[in-house]
Amino acid sequence: MDLHEVQSQLVDWLSEASYQFQKVPGSAVLIRYVRSSYQNDPVRSAIELILVIFFIRYLLSPSYSTSKQNFIKLTEDEIDELVDEWVPEPLVSPQTSLEEIESEKLPILVGPTGPKSKLANGKTVTNLASYNFYNLNANEQIKEKAIQTLRTYGVGPCGPPQFYGTQDVHMKTEADIASYLGTEGCIVYAQAFSTISSVIPAFCKRGDVIIADRAVNYSIRKGLEVSRSNIKWYNHGDMQDLERVMQKVVQEQARKKLTRRFIVTEALFEATGDISDLPKLIELKEKYKFRIILDETWSFGVLGRTGRGLTEAQNVDPTQLDMIVGSLAGPLCAGGGFCAGPKDVVEHQRISAASYTFSAALPAMLAMIASESLNVLQSNPEILLQCRENIKAMRGQLDPRSDWVMCTSAPENPIMVLVLKPEVVKARRLAVEDQERLLQECVDESLANGVLITRLKGMPVSTSNGLKDGIWIVQPALKVCVTSGLSKKEIEKAGTTIRHAITKVMTRKTNNKLGLPSA
Amino acid sequence: MPRKLSNPFTTSSSMSQPDRPGERRLSFKGNRLTQFFSSPKPKEQPSAQQSLLSMQQQQSSPHITAPTISLPTISLSTATAGELNSEEPPTTLFQPPSDAEATKQRRFETQFGPLLSPSHRYVSVHTGEPLEAPIEDEPPYYYVLTTYISYLILIFCGHARDFFGKRFGNKQYYRTLKAQNGYAPLNDDFDNFYVRRLKTRLDDCFARPTTGVPGRYITLMDRKSDDFNRTYQLTGTYTETLNMSSYNYLGFAQSEGPCADAVEECVRKYGLGFASPRADSGTSDLTLEVEREIAQFVGKPAAMVFSMGFVTNAGSFPALVSKGCLILSDELNHASIRIGARLSGAVIRSFKHNDVTDLEKKLREAIAQGQPRTHRPWKKILVAIEGLYSMEGTMCDLPNILALKRKYKFFLYVDEAHSIGAVGPKGRGVCDYFGVDPAEVDILMGTLTKSFGANGGYVAADKHIIDKLRSTNAATLLGESPAPAVLMQILSSLKIITGELIPGQGEERLQRITFNSRYIRLGLKRLGFIVYGHDDSPIIPLMLYHPAKIAAFSHEMLKRKISVVVVGYPATPLISSRARFCVSSAHNKDDMDRLLAACDEVGDILQLKFSTGVAGGLEPLPEGVTPDMEKEWRKANGLEGVIKPPRWKLEDVIARGVEDAKVRLR
Ligand SMILES: Cc1ncc(COP(=O)(O)O)c(C=O)c1O
Repeated sequence: MDLHEVQSQLVDWLSEASYQFQKVPGSAVLIRYVRSSYQNDPVRSAIELILVIFFIRYLLSPSYSTSKQNFIKLTEDEIDELVDEWVPEPLVSPQTSLEEIESEKLPILVGPTGPKSKLANGKTVTNLASYNFYNLNANEQIKEKAIQTLRTYGVGPCGPPQFYGTQDVHMKTEADIASYLGTEGCIVYAQAFSTISSVIPAFCKRGDVIIADRAVNYSIRKGLEVSRSNIKWYNHGDMQDLERVMQKVVQEQARKKLTRRFIVTEALFEATGDISDLPKLIELKEKYKFRIILDETWSFGVLGRTGRGLTEAQNVDPTQLDMIVGSLAGPLCAGGGFCAGPKDVVEHQRISAASYTFSAALPAMLAMIASESLNVLQSNPEILLQCRENIKAMRGQLDPRSDWVMCTSAPENPIMVLVLKPEVVKARRLAVEDQERLLQECVDESLANGVLITRLKGMPVSTSNGLKDGIWIVQPALKVCVTSGLSKKEIEKAGTTIRHAITKVMTRKTNNKLGLPSA
Repeated sequence: MPRKLSNPFTTSSSMSQPDRPGERRLSFKGNRLTQFFSSPKPKEQPSAQQSLLSMQQQQSSPHITAPTISLPTISLSTATAGELNSEEPPTTLFQPPSDAEATKQRRFETQFGPLLSPSHRYVSVHTGEPLEAPIEDEPPYYYVLTTYISYLILIFCGHARDFFGKRFGNKQYYRTLKAQNGYAPLNDDFDNFYVRRLKTRLDDCFARPTTGVPGRYITLMDRKSDDFNRTYQLTGTYTETLNMSSYNYLGFAQSEGPCADAVEECVRKYGLGFASPRADSGTSDLTLEVEREIAQFVGKPAAMVFSMGFVTNAGSFPALVSKGCLILSDELNHASIRIGARLSGAVIRSFKHNDVTDLEKKLREAIAQGQPRTHRPWKKILVAIEGLYSMEGTMCDLPNILALKRKYKFFLYVDEAHSIGAVGPKGRGVCDYFGVDPAEVDILMGTLTKSFGANGGYVAADKHIIDKLRSTNAATLLGESPAPAVLMQILSSLKIITGELIPGQGEERLQRITFNSRYIRLGLKRLGFIVYGHDDSPIIPLMLYHPAKIAAFSHEMLKRKISVVVVGYPATPLISSRARFCVSSAHNKDDMDRLLAACDEVGDILQLKFSTGVAGGLEPLPEGVTPDMEKEWRKANGLEGVIKPPRWKLEDVIARGVEDAKVRLR
């Protein structure tokens, strides 16, 4: 068909269409109207035409609501009846018996926390339940600095960082942490617990892939959940499994659009206390082009010669990591958390990390305490050594010597996670709740003998089921936090007390129905 | 918006440190860091000098109507018996204070302004009539249209610049957008577009670094950018500005006075932190006392505190509801509520902002239809609202929502982040304001970041609820406990509000903020601005509409030494960009007149006065006509429905403001 034919065809169609149109009743009126209005005001006709088309399109478009598909139409009376009949469940269920016992036994400090803490019942006990590993809480130099800051800045910054809440102290603390760790930049959050929950979704979006260790902590899990990314898991600490999962991801994605890929893991694990193999992680990451988000909450200020964390301990250049997340609230005795990494990574979070953008900044005092504590750690690395000596001493009292428990923590970890030995669990057929109960008794018994320890809080992790096939049942454990604020003698004595307490509980008649361990 | 993370202490001449590691080095000398701390009191001198300096500047500035801030010898506040004077040395005309005293007094007043007249107070309480949604005035269509066009131009330019930039531009700027040696780009081109191309243009209005106390005045650290807001350099100078931006509602951001004294003592006694979650060994007598006081203050049997307000929400929803439950959430709820709701696993639906009718419709539908697909009844329905909405300045319609609650048996969660302390005759939040029994609300949540000048959040409810939450809320079990200093700030400010400490002062603070809020709101309306929100709300959004005016307004105000918060899309709907003033008890009438004068000028320059008068700010009624008679008077004079756009003169606004702010605003 050439152009001529097309034209004549078009004219034919048009005349046919107009003929048909004129046969429709009332069409003459419409034509007259259009004609007259066109003469008077062509623009108006055009607008009207657009309106008509829009209106038709609007009528034809499907309605949006998704719930309407199986919507049941009810009369108002029926609805009223349903409303009257509906009985909601109570807002919260009653406390379980373990929860009741726990809240009853919650230790309440009177006065400051320290290696020896006074409790509300008037007793002074050895406190091995706090992350005050270096007893910086009692450091007068830091206190003075905190008070000076108070007298210049007040307490709260009264606003989120984007709205005049960024103070020079925060910028200084950020610079201090960055230079301490050896990263390009750093961003300080107002709370450590929620930091990583915000960092992950700031970068990982729908469609991205995250591979996480099965044992990661609660905050990471919540971050993964919020991110809506595609989450894969590898067996705890198993680098071969990780490589297998990575290979699979790379294969699956070979022909698809490149998406962001992340590995999320902890340096020292909250649930088990053991340590990650960073050089291997880096090797894999570079091989398969993943980014790493490393949670150093429990290792920052702990591992390495000057406490810079896993990178220092395992001689890894921190610039090879994409994000290092850590806490300022533990051994540093300040508050808040941070994320260190390249500049782009840090700046991106300032507007896209929810708990940074939508929350007030960290009080200037706490930021200053963090800076000052880092300073103390750096100039006195012997504090770390002393703490490590104490860890060794404590371990000597517990791990090989106890018949009942073993320590899953890495040797440098001041948080000693003590789980019941597998053979004990097996021989007595102890369910998770039984173990929790027994360990709570150990905590009580130990406290009765003047040593405050605590239990691992695994419940939130074990019961958070927002992530499919990421469920990890945390094995109940005791947590003993060693501090350099005690002498080696004191630590040994406390260790003996704990060991005896455990033995006493485990050999109690009521707990002993199922016999002694086979060992 | 990549920004240079420069150390503030290097650029300022008075605080310069010789040896700062500019770039990170792996080989790191142990005591480098110590050098940061070598000068013992670096911050105090410059800020004091600066405050002096800028005060002189202010004095000579023509924009300020009454520069009384720099007359330290006459402290009017001592004239009003029983107020504030317990913390100020009495100063009389006959005994001029010594220099040191004068400096101290001046410093005090930069944080908390003296009350200029006992008449500048007003009790924040609801009138008892049904709460009307505030009338939202609209700008002429011309402005709406040009706003859209502005965005179109911005978007077009942005895409054009992206297109060419990615091909020919500086590689470094586009690094995060492009795949690099096998890694997908760090940021999504699309998600990031707004930030790169629109926000960067106004970036210098955000995250302005400050120093010192964010009280009545706030000291900004001046910065400049040579590369269109990609990076900033601190110039080393400071500007003291009137602070209309901080959530310092009751003026407790202070480094002097009873709260700071108590905090100092507390640090000496308790040390720095508890270094442990609440459930391990992070609970102290102080923590429990604060919880008791808060519970009593808000009128609930029990309460618990957290170290962050955001997490209070994000952690409480999962502890309260789960799969099979429904959360009905106001569409303008804060991000923390939305994240908490999402983490809970419950179904989330939103209803129109503060619209009780829409809420009822949604409730009826939800109860009638049950859960999606299965039609099983919902286990429970939780309605989440805020007491005072931080971007709109509206208060929740609590009485009507409670009426619905009685009928539909849902649970009610009220986030009082902004309302606690800021509203109500006793400052106890929306329940106090509306005169309802707090027992009717199931969960009262709030933050301690704002009115109390501290940090963190609380949840208050019946004892059995709190007990259960203590055992199930992950933020209690695993998150850090609040620091002693923060706890003491809460405790001492709370006791001042209740009048237990320094009787009279708390009351003064409460009444000043309400008066200030009403005064400014009325003044802005009379000048012809469109402002949103309820009359007693201390959050006053002033509408700007055009994206270009966001930055312009902020800059013009900064020129007049007033720091304001400006917000645009995506924090607000596309066209309703706004500036937001947060009123504080620390402001006095001079400060507000200064703000009004500045707004008046800037409003003329930027053409921001487009109110039609429907939302108030009308001309006064003639002599002898009272507001009750207004209707008849209008009828008699044929003025029904005739509304003249208010464009008052500044002098008139100031002259009539005090009187009119204390009667029903019109
Ligand atoms: C309604 C609401 N809830 C919670 C928060 C978070 O509080 P915080 O800043 O203490 O984390 C805010 C803060 O802006 C808020 O406006």
